[in-house]
Amino acid sequence: MDARITLRVDGRDRSLTVDTRTTLLDALRDHLSVTSPKKGCDHGQCGACTVLLDGRRVVSCLTFAVAHDGADVTTAEGLAEGGEPHPVQRAFLEQDGFQCGFCTPGQICSAVGMLEEVKAGHPSHVTDDLTGPVTLDDEEIRERLSGNLCRCGAYVNIVAALREEADS
Amino acid sequence: MIPFEYLRAGDPAEAVAAVAERPGAVFLGGGTNLVDHMKLGVAEPDMLVDVSRLPLDRVEETATGLRVGAAVRNSDLAAHPLVRERCPMLARALLSGASGQLRNAATTAGNLLQRTRCPYFQDVTTPCNKREPGSGCSAIGGYTRYHAILGASEQCVAVHPSDMAVAMVALDAVVIVLGPGGERALPLADLYRLPGDTPQRDTVLEHGELVTAVELPDLPFARRSAYRKVRDRTSYSFALVSVAAALDLDGGTVRDVRLALGGVAHKPWRAVLAEEELRGKPATEDAFRRAADAELAAARPLPGNEFKVPMARNTIVATLRDLTEEGR
Ligand SMILES: Cc1cc2nc3c(=O)[nH]c(=O)nc-3n(C[C@H](O)[C@H](O)[C@H](O)COP(=O)(O)OP(=O)(O)OC[C@H]3O[C@@H](n4cnc5c(N)ncnc54)[C@H](O)[C@@H]3O)c2cc1C
Ligand code: SF4
Ligand code: FES
Ligand code: FES
Repeated sequence: MDARITLRVDGRDRSLTVDTRTTLLDALRDHLSVTSPKKGCDHGQCGACTVLLDGRRVVSCLTFAVAHDGADVTTAEGLAEGGEPHPVQRAFLEQDGFQCGFCTPGQICSAVGMLEEVKAGHPSHVTDDLTGPVTLDDEEIRERLSGNLCRCGAYVNIVAALREEADS
Repeated sequence: MIPFEYLRAGDPAEAVAAVAERPGAVFLGGGTNLVDHMKLGVAEPDMLVDVSRLPLDRVEETATGLRVGAAVRNSDLAAHPLVRERCPMLARALLSGASGQLRNAATTAGNLLQRTRCPYFQDVTTPCNKREPGSGCSAIGGYTRYHAILGASEQCVAVHPSDMAVAMVALDAVVIVLGPGGERALPLADLYRLPGDTPQRDTVLEHGELVTAVELPDLPFARRSAYRKVRDRTSYSFALVSVAAALDLDGGTVRDVRLALGGVAHKPWRAVLAEEELRGKPATEDAFRRAADAELAAARPLPGNEFKVPMARNTIVATLRDLTEEGR
């Protein structure tokens, strides 16, 4: 069954017709040719498809596009501003936070969403004091990004990139 | 996946009516469990009624405790100041579940009503009594590492995977349900079923019944509470065993206690026998161990998950010991 929807993707309004069975990930990749979100597992297990949906990080493979008519979607591609990479993207470059790069757009969107959560004071599983301030140390970074797998094992440099970002 | 119609419900009554009148219709929350199951061919609804944007997205303080709307996202509930302050075990349970991305999507009702399941349930090429009643249970005699040690049947040995529900059951949560015939309130502990001869049913809800809220009665001593989850990897993994506990101490004596286990049964398991055993006893490791043993005497592990019995015992003891030390 077809549905007509509008999504604001990386700052541009896009209208499209999708079968209700189309996931947000497939709508982005196959209908709108926005290919920075990657399809790793297609089952919510790897984080490669992570986008910012109305500002919050989510996996785009476990949600139907039709449920997001009118939503604002930011992919890794849309994070750059005025031709300049986003600070998190720059940190990944500087710290060599990737090898093949397949997981990277998801890692970056996840990291951007995660930094917002930290800014809002949200605790994580490894935060000792649930009601106190959060210090984004390596253990916190690892826990908060555990939803993003990297088959190349670039974790050490991903953590370094985010430590750089957290310190700045 | 079979074609389906999509409806974004405007209010709870509309959602209930839309699902109640159509056998193939189901509610859609964050979709993190349902969409997965639709992709796997495990769920085949012909209509999705989206309840994730209903105005049920608030955590409110009431005269008797907290009222959590069904559409409150798991991440927002974990971060809520009153939850962090008053029910640390609930915040901790939520934060130990899934990933940051999934918690941002998952709703309170969807988390409670995610399917009780096992890897075979999600693999349509294998027999499974829960997915296809009468076809057999692939787990019995198969891979049992994540399966039940309490309350299972010959028909099904799957566990309920929610962390949040374990803490809520320990908190005596009450689920508010709206059906075609009106509203009812039922203790969360009574929402879930054991598999018995009808493992296809996880809960007592009827088709078309919508969870609208969860009420958490105030439990002052839950300020001293904890959630401990044991798993195969440090993060982003389901529980092998988990324990939610709140402890009320009178000097060195246990005045009251709440204890629930996850990863051990078809439902979040309130450890009433252990609680009874512990009330009025000294807060010592010996007493904690005896309480754990009282609960686990009924454990019937499967070949392959015998380790869960000592794991559950040790996790209960360790959680209660931590809470005792925390107060000193
Ligand atoms: C990779 C992965 C790892 C995970 N790890 C964990 C973990 O470690 N711990 C854990 O606890 N969970 C874990 N989960 C499960 C996750 O917590 C659930 O998928 C999520 O909580 C479901 O919420 P939802 O809103 O997305 O539900 P949905 O998928 O939308 O719905 C689930 C069910 O609830 C029904 N439903 C939804 N809303 C209502 C309502 N208001 N009234 C009545 N019925 C309703 C739906 O019809 C459906 O049957 C994991 C999931 C994934 C994919
Ligand atoms: S344990 Fe339950 S869910 Fe798993 S295969 Fe057996 S019947 Fe199916
Ligand atoms: S592709 Fe979405 S989480 Fe793996
Ligand atoms: S860089 Fe290759 S998967 Fe992460």
